[in-house]
Amino acid sequence: MSVDLAVDGPTAPPRSNGELLFAAPWESRAFGMAVALHEAGAFAWPRFQQALVARIAAPGERPYYEDWLGALEDVLDLGAEVAARAETLTHRPTGHDHPH
Amino acid sequence: MTHDPALRTEALEQLLTERGLVVPEVVDGFVAKYEREVGPMIGARVVARAWTDPAYRARLLADAVPAIQEVAWGGGANGEHIVVVENTADTHHVVVCTLCSCYPWPVLGLPPSWYKDPAYRSRVVREPRTVLAEMGLDLVEGVRIVVHDSSAEVRWLVLPQRPPGTEDLSEEELASLVTRDAMVGVAVVSAP
Repeated sequence: MSVDLAVDGPTAPPRSNGELLFAAPWESRAFGMAVALHEAGAFAWPRFQQALVARIAAPGERPYYEDWLGALEDVLDLGAEVAARAETLTHRPTGHDHPH
Repeated sequence: MTHDPALRTEALEQLLTERGLVVPEVVDGFVAKYEREVGPMIGARVVARAWTDPAYRARLLADAVPAIQEVAWGGGANGEHIVVVENTADTHHVVVCTLCSCYPWPVLGLPPSWYKDPAYRSRVVREPRTVLAEMGLDLVEGVRIVVHDSSAEVRWLVLPQRPPGTEDLSEEELASLVTRDAMVGVAVVSAP
């Protein structure tokens, strides 16, 4: 199956070095946590890489860093706890649940 | 149900911080480092050195990591085994990671979004000439294209051809011409 690589518009391949690395703040947090945990010895990088490959290979298309976050949950085996905590966070009082 | 990734990221950071596994300021530091300090300017300095110093070029092609460390090194993950391949008049190298996004962080920083795009990852292997043309690089007929698939074991860096007409430029001036895209192999370096 062939997917066209857009040459125009917002998904066009950038031609300079000056692009933003992260599309949203959470993407940079997910990135930074993985690097920090690896540097602290929490897991070997190839293990994270394998988890990322598996997430990316799953059906459907998601933002790259969503798979990255999923891989991090998998490697840490924290998926269920993260879901529970996220559920708690959705019940924060109004004023704290706005999108950042 | 699955929560949106911003909320999950916040939840994960809370859990890890509570357990002392992550310090938010340390995460800030890594983000800032990759946003500001570690980027393709490191690879560009390596390329410029290779263009101006034949002995260095030989060392770089023979064993890249120690040669790169002579010039600069971003450190951290994703750079254990970097191999440098040299573009010539008749061979053009281009790099992809078909499975995910393996990339030589210590010399190029983080990969651009198109490098992680499923379209680039699948198509550049099957029809590299077409994909390169779509990205603005029209290679002359007869130039052989070699596609390198990065992995956790080997990350590739392309040594682009030095553009003609740059004989009088200093190493520093040459480094300013070298782009990230040229070191991934989806562009060539042009004279100023």
